[in-house]
Amino acid sequence: MSPIITVSNLSKVYRIGKQADRADSFVGMLQESLTAPFRNWRKMRQPTESGIEPEDDVHWALRDVSFEVKEGEVLGIIGRNGAGKSTLLKILSRITEPTSGAVRIRGRVSSLLEVGTGFHPELSGRENIYLNGTILGMMKREIDKKFDEIVNFSGVGKFLDTPTKRYSSGMKVRLAFAVAAHLEPEVLIIDEVLAVGDAEFQKKCLGKIEDVAHEGRSVIFVTHDMTALSKLTQNCIVLENGQVALISDTASSIAKYSSIDKRALAASYEGKLLTRHPGIPKLRKVEFRSLKFVNIAHFEESQPNEIVFDAELISHDDSKNLRISFTIFRSDGTPVGSGFSKPFGGLSNGQHSTVRVSIKNCNLAPGFYYFGVGLGVGDYKTSTYDFDAVTSVLYFEIEPEECVGGGVSTWHSSWGPLILREVHASMHREVVSE
Amino acid sequence: MHQPPITTHEAPSTKDEAPSTKHADGSPMHAEGRTEIVIRRTSGWRLVDFGELYRYRDLLWFLTWRNIKVLYAQSIIGIGWAVLQPLFSMLVFTLVFGMFAQMNSDGVPYALFSFCALVPWSYFSNALLDSGNSLVSQADMLSKVYFPRLVLPLSSVLSKLVDLVIALGVLFGLMVIYQRVPSWEIVFLPLLILIMTMTAAGMGMFLTSLAIQYRDIKHAMNFIVQLLMYAAPVVYPTTLVPEWLQPYYALNPMVGVIEGFRAALLGSREMPWMWIATGGLTSILIFVIGLFQFRKQERVFADVA
Repeated sequence: MSPIITVSNLSKVYRIGKQADRADSFVGMLQESLTAPFRNWRKMRQPTESGIEPEDDVHWALRDVSFEVKEGEVLGIIGRNGAGKSTLLKILSRITEPTSGAVRIRGRVSSLLEVGTGFHPELSGRENIYLNGTILGMMKREIDKKFDEIVNFSGVGKFLDTPTKRYSSGMKVRLAFAVAAHLEPEVLIIDEVLAVGDAEFQKKCLGKIEDVAHEGRSVIFVTHDMTALSKLTQNCIVLENGQVALISDTASSIAKYSSIDKRALAASYEGKLLTRHPGIPKLRKVEFRSLKFVNIAHFEESQPNEIVFDAELISHDDSKNLRISFTIFRSDGTPVGSGFSKPFGGLSNGQHSTVRVSIKNCNLAPGFYYFGVGLGVGDYKTSTYDFDAVTSVLYFEIEPEECVGGGVSTWHSSWGPLILREVHASMHREVVSE
Repeated sequence: MHQPPITTHEAPSTKDEAPSTKHADGSPMHAEGRTEIVIRRTSGWRLVDFGELYRYRDLLWFLTWRNIKVLYAQSIIGIGWAVLQPLFSMLVFTLVFGMFAQMNSDGVPYALFSFCALVPWSYFSNALLDSGNSLVSQADMLSKVYFPRLVLPLSSVLSKLVDLVIALGVLFGLMVIYQRVPSWEIVFLPLLILIMTMTAAGMGMFLTSLAIQYRDIKHAMNFIVQLLMYAAPVVYPTTLVPEWLQPYYALNPMVGVIEGFRAALLGSREMPWMWIATGGLTSILIFVIGLFQFRKQERVFADVA
């Protein structure tokens, strides 16, 4: 079957101004300010021109990227910040031109790089639906036809004639996504838009993307949410420094991404970068400030498997009998197991403290995993309450151990995520029948 | 699914075949005959993609309508501002040029004489400034979504037509007060408005495509518009311009337009067809140059915005 999108040898070069020589005298400064307009003129004349500049004056946002997207395929794109994801999406959505290479797309493309582009705060919800819809490439009669559907999906029906500046940010996002979700392109390009909105709405969005794919349309999808990725996509592209590091099935891509991101994984997860579990309120009695592995994020299968991490907590109220709970997930999002710590004490208002959590004998099979961590009271034998819970943190890898005869051991993912050790088999007294 | 591990030890061999079978029963091939878009680097001049512009006509309409609605939202006088601006200019000009300087006004009361010019001039200057700023003020859209960028300056020029119509209404009111009857040549008013719109759009497209990259343009624009007013017969009649200079003077499309307005509405002179023709040709030239410059510059908008 022929692909709907063919990307061949795509490159994009941005010119970056070299650090100007700093003047060290008044005369030099004066001279510099006089020549600055000419220098700026030269520099600004053609920002995307390439080929003549020395290598250190340009930045390759994308370099020789090639891939194909088939009809009805949901393709994920992952990579660290600055890996070229946004540039790639911008070229695919025709916002900017590539420096070299080409993209062939058979069919109508709609891109959703931002939720609510062109929304005007003074206009009512109804008016913004039409404005945003036409910006995204719809005709008025198309919107007329789907208007009720859009309003239902967004759930802002009551406020349809209120200026959107009076909307909560959640309502704005819901309305904007509702418009975009009702586009009918052959190719839909989505950038990290699911990072906004509440849990229920996120689920709705994911469902909508699935529907789109089931209708035989293609979706290109950028996200940092590995769970969403493994649910929605079959294949992924891993970008690294503007180049394709891997094109493969989603599980391997997530694994590859995690290995690229080793440094980032081993680093601490802190502050704003923590993804709160949906349902955790904004104002928290006690909360996580950072999470960090104490031993490295790579463990060998044969190790006693002690995984140790530090959780830095900060308290905004008095609390006692706190405990940490956690769930370990496989890179594809399936939960592997959970645990609860014993209560370790309390904190009074304004205090902060670091708690060390260690997990022994978790017997995980080789592969990539991550944590969801909760901070609260109670465990599975009582009732539980969490003050704070973060998801998608503390990515780690269990590396396969060495085989007896050299090489690495194999563990098929279909065997499940746990190695059940201490397996004994003994032969019973043989009953000889004759 | 729930098979014990031992049975899936053969998995690797079957797994190799899995992908190929998956593609074989894939979705039907109904993609043939679709238009293919090729995205690659372009260079040099480009023509306008009229088909695409036509597909986005609803967007042009909604943007125009948004500009109108948003401009006067949360203001008490609202659309009345469209009237106040030329009206106050008229009062000041009447005082300064009409009474103090005793400016010749072709035998028409100076207030009417200047207001008749200020109506088209206000449209022209506002449309030019607004379309000249259209990309910068909406730069966030440029880097987030694709649509024919031309709709931005064009919608600015179109939305200002509403102001023009309202100001024209006030002009008719003034004519009633001064008991002036328009000549039959009033039927040519749409032609004059078209010339004016094309000029504003052409210059607007040209300037806005540069302004997005060089913010200097924004500062220069207000100043340019102010100067341009004196290059058009707004506060003085064209008869004050030396005769030998007039053909060159009329290269400014606003000369023919303003004098045309006076001829059609006040009947103070004959319809200046020669100037209108000259100005009309210039306006077409300005429009085409603006269009091509815009299209040429368009490809870097998202990168420089």
